[in-house]
Amino acid sequence: MDLSQINPVLLIASLMVAATPILLAAIGELVVERAGVLNLGVEGMMITGAICGFAVAVESGSPLFGFVAAAVGGAVLSLLFVLLTQVALANQVASGLALTLFGLGLSSLLGQGYVGLKPPPTPRLDIPVLSDLPVVGPILFSHDPVLYFGIVVVAATWALLKFTRAGLILRAVGENHDAAHALGYKVVRIRVLAILFGGACAGLGGAYISLIRVPQWTEGMTAGVGWIALALVVFASWKPWRVLLGAYLFGGLTVLQLNLQAAGVAIPVEYLAMSPYVITIVVLVILSADKSRAPAALGRVFHATR
Amino acid sequence: MIVLEKRPQPSQFWSLATPIAAVVATMIFGGLLFAVLGKNPVEAIRTIFWDPLLGEFAFYYRPQLLIKGAPLVLIAIGLSLGFKAGIWNIGAEGQYIIGALTGAGVGLAFYPMESWIIFPLMVLAGALGGWAWAMIPALLKVKFGTNEILVSLMLVYVAEQLLASMSLGLLKNPEGFGFPGSRNLQQYDSAHNAELIAGSGMHWGVVAAMITVIFAYVLLNRHMLGFHIRLTGDAPRAARFAGVNPARLILFCLGISGALAGLAGLFEVAGPAGQISIDFNTGYGFTAIIVAFLGRLHPIGILLAGLLMALTYIGGEIAQSQMGLPAAAIQVFQGMLLFFLLALDVLTNFRIRLKTREVA
Amino acid sequence: MTILRRTLLATAAAATALGLAGGAMAQDKTKVGFVYVGPVGDGGWTHEHDMGRKAVEAEFGDKVETVYVENVAEGPDAERVMTQMALNGADLIFTTSFGFMDPTINVAKKFPDVKFEHATGYKRADNVSTYSARFYEGRAVQGVIAGHMTESNIVGYIGSFPIPEVIRGINSAYIHAKKVNPDVQFKIVWAYTWFDPAKEADAAKVLIEQGADVILQHTDSTAPHAAAAEKGGVITFGQASDMAEYAPSPRVSSIIDNWAPYYIARTKAVMDGTWASMDTWDGIGPGMVGIGEITDTVPAEVKEEAMALKESIASGEYHPFTGPLKKQDGSDWLAEGETADDGTLAGMNFYVEGIEGDIPQ
Repeated sequence: MDLSQINPVLLIASLMVAATPILLAAIGELVVERAGVLNLGVEGMMITGAICGFAVAVESGSPLFGFVAAAVGGAVLSLLFVLLTQVALANQVASGLALTLFGLGLSSLLGQGYVGLKPPPTPRLDIPVLSDLPVVGPILFSHDPVLYFGIVVVAATWALLKFTRAGLILRAVGENHDAAHALGYKVVRIRVLAILFGGACAGLGGAYISLIRVPQWTEGMTAGVGWIALALVVFASWKPWRVLLGAYLFGGLTVLQLNLQAAGVAIPVEYLAMSPYVITIVVLVILSADKSRAPAALGRVFHATR
Repeated sequence: MIVLEKRPQPSQFWSLATPIAAVVATMIFGGLLFAVLGKNPVEAIRTIFWDPLLGEFAFYYRPQLLIKGAPLVLIAIGLSLGFKAGIWNIGAEGQYIIGALTGAGVGLAFYPMESWIIFPLMVLAGALGGWAWAMIPALLKVKFGTNEILVSLMLVYVAEQLLASMSLGLLKNPEGFGFPGSRNLQQYDSAHNAELIAGSGMHWGVVAAMITVIFAYVLLNRHMLGFHIRLTGDAPRAARFAGVNPARLILFCLGISGALAGLAGLFEVAGPAGQISIDFNTGYGFTAIIVAFLGRLHPIGILLAGLLMALTYIGGEIAQSQMGLPAAAIQVFQGMLLFFLLALDVLTNFRIRLKTREVA
Repeated sequence: MTILRRTLLATAAAATALGLAGGAMAQDKTKVGFVYVGPVGDGGWTHEHDMGRKAVEAEFGDKVETVYVENVAEGPDAERVMTQMALNGADLIFTTSFGFMDPTINVAKKFPDVKFEHATGYKRADNVSTYSARFYEGRAVQGVIAGHMTESNIVGYIGSFPIPEVIRGINSAYIHAKKVNPDVQFKIVWAYTWFDPAKEADAAKVLIEQGADVILQHTDSTAPHAAAAEKGGVITFGQASDMAEYAPSPRVSSIIDNWAPYYIARTKAVMDGTWASMDTWDGIGPGMVGIGEITDTVPAEVKEEAMALKESIASGEYHPFTGPLKKQDGSDWLAEGETADDGTLAGMNFYVEGIEGDIPQ
C-alpha cells in the first residue's frame, strides 16, 4: 500500500469529469421538482440523449451538434411525460418509470447502427499559461467546455430561483399550485417548461457519457446514473449549489474508491463500491436536522376546478 | 376548447373500459412500430398476446405466467399499501435481494441435513431479511425525518454489492470449482420451493401472492388499519385528528412491503431461480412499482396488472425468437402499453367536455 | 401430478418430432437457437457470439434457420426461453453465459432429442456439451508485449469480478511480462461489474494517473482505450472484439473471441448426425482465441517475440503455465517443466508469486 501514489490534483480533476453527467441531469430534475413535478424518467431521458447526441455527432462530425441534438432528444422524450402527467393527469411516479422503460428500449432501437463507432473528439480547453499552471491548471483550466457549461447551469439555476420573478413563480407553483393558479399564473404551462428543461439537461448528461466520458455507444450505457441523479436532488434538499457539492461527493467517492484499490489498500472492494451510497445516507441523516424540505406540491396532480 | 371535468364518482364503465381501450391502442401503435421494423404486425401482436394463452404450446406458457407474475404481485401489493398512505418505498429491489440472501443463507447453513422444518425457517428468514432492510429507511424517517425515497433507493445499490460479495464469498458453492454462485437449492430437497403440482407453475410463492391479495383486500376494506392508510393518503391532517399515529403507520407500511419483497426473493431463489448469483435480481422490485400503479393500488387490479406484465414478457420472448424482433422493440412496446394505460385512465375520473372559452 | 408431467414430456417429444417432420419437408432445415445474456449491441461478449451465429447462417445458407433471444436474465427466464426454443423445433441450442448452466441442464432433461451447448460451464449430460476458450493463452502474448513496452514498469489491469477466468488471465499476463521485464509491477483494479463503460473509463484513468503506461482489461467496453488515447503514451489491448478503431495506438493488439469455427462445426455435426456430448476448451491453436494484429507502435523485435510465443502456444509446444512457478504465498505450485492441469486452471483462485495485493473474497 502506498498512498503517495494517489495524486490529489489529478483526483480532483477526474472527479469533476465523473460528476458532470450526474450534475447535469440532477440540476434539470431539481427545476422540475421545484415546479412540483416528480419525474422518475431521468434514466430514460439520459440514455435517449446519449444516443441522439452520439448519432448526430457521428453523422455531422461535430460534437456541438451532438450536444444540441441530445438536449432536443431528451426534451422530446420528456414531452411524453408532459402528455401523461399534465394533459391526462396520470400518476407521476408510474409515468416516470414507464418513461425510463420506454427510453431504454427506444435508445437501443435507435442505436443499432452505432455500435463500435468512434465519435468525433470534443476539444478540451487549452489556455496558454493558465492550463499549464501547477495544481490550478489541471483542476480549473483544462476541461472540456461541457463541464464548465454544467457549472454555469447550476449558477444560472440558483440565480433564477433566488433573484428573478420567474423563479419566484416557479417556486410558488411548486409549493401551492392552487394558490398560484388563483393568482393567475399558468400552472400547467410553467410545469411543462420545467419538464422540458429537465429533459434537455438529462439528455445533455447522457451525451456527456457517450461523447466525452466513455466515449462510445453501447446499449444501456448509462447503467443507472439517472437514478443517482434523482437521489442527488433529494440529497441536495432542492438547492442548486448542494447539487454541485453532492455530485462532486459522489464522483469523488467513486474515483477515490478506484484510486485506493490501485494503490493497494486492502479494503474489500464490494464494501468500497457501496460506500458512496452508505455515506449519502449518513450525510442525509445529518442534514435532516436542517429544516429544508420538499416542495409542498411535489408529485400532486393539478387540475383547475374553475 | 377541450376541458376536463371531474366526475363526482369514478366511472364504473370507464374503469373497466380503459384497460381494454389501452390494449387496443397499444396493438395499433405497436403494430405500426413492428411494421416499420419490417415485421408482420398482425403476426407479432398475435404472438405476444395470443400464443402464451391459447397458442400451440400454451400448456407450457400458462403456468409460466404464474411463475413470472407471482413475485410482481407479491411485491406490488406490499408497495401499494404504502403508496396509498403516501409512504414511498421504491427500494423493493433491495429488500427482494436481502430476503433471498437471508432465506437462502438459512437453507444453506443446514446443508446437507434434510428436515421438513428447513423450508419454513427459510421463509421466515426471507421475510425477516426484507423487513429488516426496509426498517432502515423506516426508522430513519421516524427518528430523523429522512426521506424514505432516497434511503430505500440507495439501499438497493448497497444490497446489489452485498449480493455480489455473497456470491463470490460466503455463500459460494464449495463444490463449484471456484465459480461464483451458491449451491443450487433445487437440488436440495428440504430447501427447494418446488411446484406443488408438477407442470402447474404453482409454487409457494404463487400461493403466497394469492393469499396476500385476499389479505390486502380485507385489510383495506374491512379493517380499521386499512381505513387509516387510506385516510392518511387522502387527508393527512384529518388522519391525525382521527387518531392515526403516523410513526406507527410508516413502520407498518414499510415493514410489510419489505417483508413481502423479501418473501418474493426467497421464493424465487429457492424455486425458479435456484441459486444466489451475482445477477440474481432482475428488476422485479422496480417493475412492481409500475404494476402497483397499473393496478390502481387496488389488490384485484394489481393481480391483473401483474399477470398482464408477465404476459408481455413471455409473449415478447416468443416474438423475439420466432420473429427475430429485437428485445428493444419489446421494451418500447411495453412502454407504450404503460403509457396508454396511464393516459386513458383519465377517462375514469374525468369527463371530457367541449367548451367555448368563457370571458373571465 | 405425474400425469401432467408426462403429458408435458409427451407433448414436448411430439413437438420435436413434428418439428423434425416439418423440417424434413423443408429439406432438413436445421434450427439453431442462441440464448444471449446481454444485448447483441454490447460490442463485446454477446456481440461476438452473435457474429458466430451469423457465420453459421453464412456457412449453411438455406439449410439452417437460426433464432436468438437477447437480454435473457439468468434463472427462470433462461429456462423458459430455452424450453420455448426446444418446443418450437430447435435442434441445437447454444446458451452463452455461465449463469445458464443449471437451467440448461434442467431443460436438456426434458428434451432428450435436442442438443445443448453451454459456454463456460462444467456440467454436462448426454445431450449437453460445454465449450470455452483459453483466453489465458492470449493473455500470455499480451504479457510479453506489456513487459517490453512499459517504461514506468507499472501495468494496470482492470478486472471485472474476482473469478477463476479473470484471475487466470492476470496470472498468465503477469508471468510473461515478468519473464521479459523482471521489474514489472501489476496494479489491479476490480470494477465489480461486467458492464459499466463509465466506471471502466474511470478505472483506466485512475491506473494511468498512478503511473501505469500499459492497460490490460477484462471488461468489454472501449472506454479504457479512449482514456488512454486522451492521455497519450499509454498502450491498450482490445478485449473480446478487435477494437481496431483505436489502432495503431493506443490499441496495439487484442484478444478476439472467435466462436464461428466452433459453432459451424457443431451445427455440421448435428446435420450429419455425428453430434456427441463433449467438453471443448480451445485456444489459439484451433482459432477460438484470435490475436488481433500487432501494430507498428510495437517495435519489430518485440512483435517478433510475441508472434513466436503465439506460434509455440498454437502448436502446443509451449504451455503458458509451465513450472517452475510458485503461488503468491511462496509455496511451490509447479515444478521445473511441469505444466498446470486443466482442473487447477479451471478453478484458479490464487495469484502467482510476485503479484501484490489480495484477491477480494
